[in-house]
Amino acid sequence: MAKNWPLSKRKKALQQRASILQGIRHFFIERDYLEVETPHRIPTPAPESHIDATPSRAWFLHTSPELCMKRMMAAGYGKIFQICRCWRERERGNLHLPEFTLLEWYRAEADYHSLMEDCEGLVQDVAARIGLGKKIIYRGDEIDLSKPWERISVKEAFRCYTQTSVNEALKRDSFDEIMVQDIEPKLGLKKPTFIYDYPYERGALARLKPEDQTVAERFELYIGGLELANGFSELVDSEEQRRRFHHENKNRQSSGKPIYLMPDKFLAELDQMPPSAGIALGVDRLAMVLLNAEKIDEVVAFTPEEL
Amino acid sequence: MYTASDLRKGLKVIINDEPYIVTVFEFSKPGKGQALYRTKLRNMITGFTIDRTYREGDMFEPASLEERAMQFLYKEGDHYHFMDNETYEQIIISEESLGDTKNFLVENFSVEVLLFRDRAIGVELPNFVNLRVIKTEPWVRGDTSKADFKPATLETGYELRVPPFIEEGELITIDTRTGEFSKRVKE
Repeated sequence: MAKNWPLSKRKKALQQRASILQGIRHFFIERDYLEVETPHRIPTPAPESHIDATPSRAWFLHTSPELCMKRMMAAGYGKIFQICRCWRERERGNLHLPEFTLLEWYRAEADYHSLMEDCEGLVQDVAARIGLGKKIIYRGDEIDLSKPWERISVKEAFRCYTQTSVNEALKRDSFDEIMVQDIEPKLGLKKPTFIYDYPYERGALARLKPEDQTVAERFELYIGGLELANGFSELVDSEEQRRRFHHENKNRQSSGKPIYLMPDKFLAELDQMPPSAGIALGVDRLAMVLLNAEKIDEVVAFTPEEL
Repeated sequence: MYTASDLRKGLKVIINDEPYIVTVFEFSKPGKGQALYRTKLRNMITGFTIDRTYREGDMFEPASLEERAMQFLYKEGDHYHFMDNETYEQIIISEESLGDTKNFLVENFSVEVLLFRDRAIGVELPNFVNLRVIKTEPWVRGDTSKADFKPATLETGYELRVPPFIEEGELITIDTRTGEFSKRVKE
């Protein structure tokens, strides 16, 4: 018996995780995306109400590669993807690690609908690469990966799964609690599900829907009740973006969190970004779903507690 | 005071003037939303479990409980009998109050009995206890087709999953906080 028995028994999961990473790269390279690398250590993260960055001397470890990748889009890189480590303070649980692996990809001249189609293709491709068919089992549910996946708006989800409306939930400040307790567990049980059109204040970097300015063109992907990805049509108006960042910083201040400096270089270049769509997908979570893992710990070599 | 980010399995807090222990704890964060701490809490007096979701800034009063060294004597129906090591006084704790700790009690075991306002309401176990496996399927050496775990029954009647190399009659260490297998004891 290996001295580090928990690590030795994860070998099969880590081999499959490696195949998943190769599958992701293959999928994007085949579709003419450029793989990029941007710095992990940055001067300031995007100000968002509920995402806290880990300080690294006077700078921060990035919470996602979003700002740098959008600067590349603004500079004319039309299709890019990145797989990288990201850090978020105090996020630890069965589905969270404070250091985790994120896949982000961006497409010019596209909106959030095209990203949903990318997700359908990507997950199917990667599942096939580790020997899975169109049907997978996750936490006791048989989930059918064949296209098209289910699409449900946030408004409809509240109507289907709760006794209240989105507006009522926002007014009573219980939107997050209802999402977590009543809606998330129902999403993606038979087929993966996209839940889309979030209230505008839940998408600090997303474009508002032209025909309904109360919602942002943002979606989340759920498989077996597990949130896998967050994508949106990008906001490319720097004035509007600056106002939203100020608003997010105000929220941070009122809940006693440190405020972040304005990412001025990003804002200065944002107006040159073509209409685009971008998405972040949790690679550890994808491995959990495909390997039928209960805890994120089962799909990584080391957890912080094991170091 | 504790804040929500101190919550973890086994933490004891006061809610409505009664002591509760966290039995299930899950960290959640809906996309772009705030951190939520979902818990199940067991009332340490009635054994009744409640569901509660907390936010980052929520505060809790720690439940301060007196601990007294006692020995577990025997079980009669759903009554567990203990004896105070100093006064030799005997007390009874009900199965509901013991909760999961009943899975790790064998006769003559030394424990800390918890008292809330002079009333015995439960038992504090060491983080690790050694218990004997009384039933499990044998392992076929070299068989790699089987899963990473197999079921086993301990001398207390508790069932759990153990690695395939564990055999009947062996002593193993259990993490009482999670109820999971920790390691094999070399005898």
